[in-house]
Amino acid sequence: MSPANIVSLAIQRGLDIIGITDHNTTKQCEVVWKLAQKSNLTVIPGCEMTSREEVHCLGLFEDFDALRVFQDFLDQHLTIIPHNSTLFGYQVLVDEDENILEELDYYLGASLDMSIEEVEQKVHELSGIFIPAHIDRPRNSLFSQLGFLPPELKVDALQISKLADENVVRAKYKISSDITLVKFSDAHYPEDIGKTFTIFEMIEPTFAEIRKALLREDGRRVTNT
Amino acid sequence: MKVSELVKKLDLTVYSGEKGLDREITGGYVSDLLSDVMGKAREGEIWITLQIHQNVMAIASLKDLAAVILVNNLEPQENTVRHSNEEDIPLLGTNLSTFEIAGKLYQIYKQ
Repeated sequence: MSPANIVSLAIQRGLDIIGITDHNTTKQCEVVWKLAQKSNLTVIPGCEMTSREEVHCLGLFEDFDALRVFQDFLDQHLTIIPHNSTLFGYQVLVDEDENILEELDYYLGASLDMSIEEVEQKVHELSGIFIPAHIDRPRNSLFSQLGFLPPELKVDALQISKLADENVVRAKYKISSDITLVKFSDAHYPEDIGKTFTIFEMIEPTFAEIRKALLREDGRRVTNT
Repeated sequence: MKVSELVKKLDLTVYSGEKGLDREITGGYVSDLLSDVMGKAREGEIWITLQIHQNVMAIASLKDLAAVILVNNLEPQENTVRHSNEEDIPLLGTNLSTFEIAGKLYQIYKQ
């Protein structure tokens, strides 16, 4: 999953937009974004956060100013547990040419000391998009950890896992038809990239349009494959 | 046993839901996955958890549980306290770990 590999596979598999959402860090986003500048591929920087309740949720941001502020938030709130690379693999930051720049010595799978509502509020304060991840999974999902969608949580969409059936998930968790479901590949390995995707019907591949499509504004919408 | 008696016996902190202190406890359940508690906990049980989210009280109410004990000195979120008072279900606390408080509770119920 090197940056260059991610970009070339995404293009090869016909994707127009990808999100980069490592667990509890945003530090690899900019390199991927830079590599995609020479192509038509749009890269949205972001993160997959672990809330205090151990719910995984996605934050997507419009620009690197917002992303940097969000990284400060992560630095401030991630529980620091020394990383064991024998058990969990290496956590390296690389440059465009895959040179290792840094090895993170704290475990990125740990949780933040903030509730899911506090994480959501931070994302929205930075005008980001907030999407609870793989909500149909039996662990680390909104429904496994919290039983039901908390009434005060403001979601822009909910992400279902790649093999899920949208209608089955909606019925099982009684999800209102007002909430958009998206089906991202959640790629952890190169072979997963583009395995499933969501079609965004919109004018241009910009952050503002993506938000409109998720919120079904001005005739924009999304369809899952 | 009433919740109030257990509070004395195990030296628990009462955060909220005082009106429910005379609820009768029929047993206990331990879990931090709220989806699991929704499925498995039974009416009248006391629930031991480290989750402090407001959904805890909604589920305690849904399952008509006797009370909730937060472990490790964890303090509830503000809206969790509010829900506890609205539902009259006591929200209790202990400095003990889940293992220790569950052990003590089990000893009481074994007798």
